[in-house]
Amino acid sequence: MSSKISRRRFLAGSAAGAALVMHPGKKAFASGSFSGFPDGMGVLVDLTRCVGCRTCEAACNKEQKLPEPALPFDDYSVFDEIHHGNQKRRTTDKAYTIVNRYEPEGSDQPLYRKIQCNHCNEPACLTSCFVGAYTKTPEGAVIYDQHVCVGCRNCMIACPFHIPAYTYHSVLNPVIKKCIFCYDTRLKEGRPPACVESCPQQVMTFGKRKDLMKIARERIRKNPKKYIDHVYGEHEVGGTGWFYISSAPFAEAGFDEDLPKEPIINNVKDFLAMVPVVLVVWPALFTGFHLLATKGKSHGHGDDHSNDKQEGH
Amino acid sequence: MVNAGKQLITGLGILLLFSVLSVSCYAMDYPDEVEIDSLTNLYEAVVFDHAMHVDATENCSECHHHTTGTGVTNEYCAKCHEGDVEMDVVACQDCHSDDPVSPDNLHTAKPDFFYHDDKPKLKAAYHLKCLGCHSEVDGPTGCEDCHAKTEAGDKFYHSGEFAPKEDAQHGAEHE
Repeated sequence: MSSKISRRRFLAGSAAGAALVMHPGKKAFASGSFSGFPDGMGVLVDLTRCVGCRTCEAACNKEQKLPEPALPFDDYSVFDEIHHGNQKRRTTDKAYTIVNRYEPEGSDQPLYRKIQCNHCNEPACLTSCFVGAYTKTPEGAVIYDQHVCVGCRNCMIACPFHIPAYTYHSVLNPVIKKCIFCYDTRLKEGRPPACVESCPQQVMTFGKRKDLMKIARERIRKNPKKYIDHVYGEHEVGGTGWFYISSAPFAEAGFDEDLPKEPIINNVKDFLAMVPVVLVVWPALFTGFHLLATKGKSHGHGDDHSNDKQEGH
Repeated sequence: MVNAGKQLITGLGILLLFSVLSVSCYAMDYPDEVEIDSLTNLYEAVVFDHAMHVDATENCSECHHHTTGTGVTNEYCAKCHEGDVEMDVVACQDCHSDDPVSPDNLHTAKPDFFYHDDKPKLKAAYHLKCLGCHSEVDGPTGCEDCHAKTEAGDKFYHSGEFAPKEDAQHGAEHE
């Protein structure tokens, strides 16, 4: 009698457990196709317009109240800097945006590329953060809560664009620092970020992401000889809020052209969805097997004793 | 007598034709100098030698698109504006807004892609035209070739008297 009930309970429990696990599993898959908030803002960056004046770097420094730079912002010797053997300048905790110079093959004109957070539709930094410090706001910015950050640097490894920087100099409370699309001071009120506003050449155009995508396509269509027929960031890692058009192949301006078209989280989503299944179903399943396998068999002294008692009566 | 009258009429006609032509070509009283002062927080106003640029360019439309009635050089614009007449508005700032993105106009409904949608704002209209042409004809292209920085400009760029000090520089490098 007791073994029958436990088998029923086992089957019912397993079914319920499986249902419980499968439902959020499906939800998790659906979020993989999230293509950004409908009215999310973005920035179209047209590399053909940039002249490398570094005004955007100065504007960012002022707006975000960053520390004094090592060199003036009108010192162009920084374009010759090479770090760690072969790397151009990158974003740091003191500079959320950086302009680098490239010399594309077969072109006598240098090509400048501004880097900053690309504000992905489905950010890898956000999905990698186990304390949930990151937020993708409906306005399109990827922001983070410094007070929640524990300084684990998972997001630095997760970011496909190598953007989050770290306050290595801070001994007691090192945290992540990165571009926040001027969310607190500008984007929230519908104003473009400081770098965009400062740019003399309007390398960057601010607007709704979906409108800007049309403008990017239209520029390429009108000038097929000038532009490469590719909008970098339209599909890369599931789409980015900031995206680029260029006259030279993107690889020649230091872009990683091997990035997947899907959000980074999709690489591990299948695996992660299996974890709760294994954790919930397996114990129930094997407990059931165990009970079935030991049904009617003696379980040592306890069982023997009870049998004796029954015989006694 | 008749011949003389004919000659007179022909002469007058030619004169009239020339005067009409000359009016259509140089109808506008263009300024010899234009003071551009939209960036005067960081830079001194730029005094643009308009007369020199009128002499240097072949056609007003190279800068003024289809607004001067002198023909349109850009094929794309010509699709609609070929043979356009002089317009009431010819100055850059009449069409190129200083602040195209404001919280007020941000969420107003716009049609799907339309002509003039991708119009640069005023600052970019100047720089794209000036620098674009200057880099082709080897004109001056450095920022301070046209602009003299103000004190606020030096502060903004951390240059001049606001340049980082040597010791601060080393400190920053070693951090």
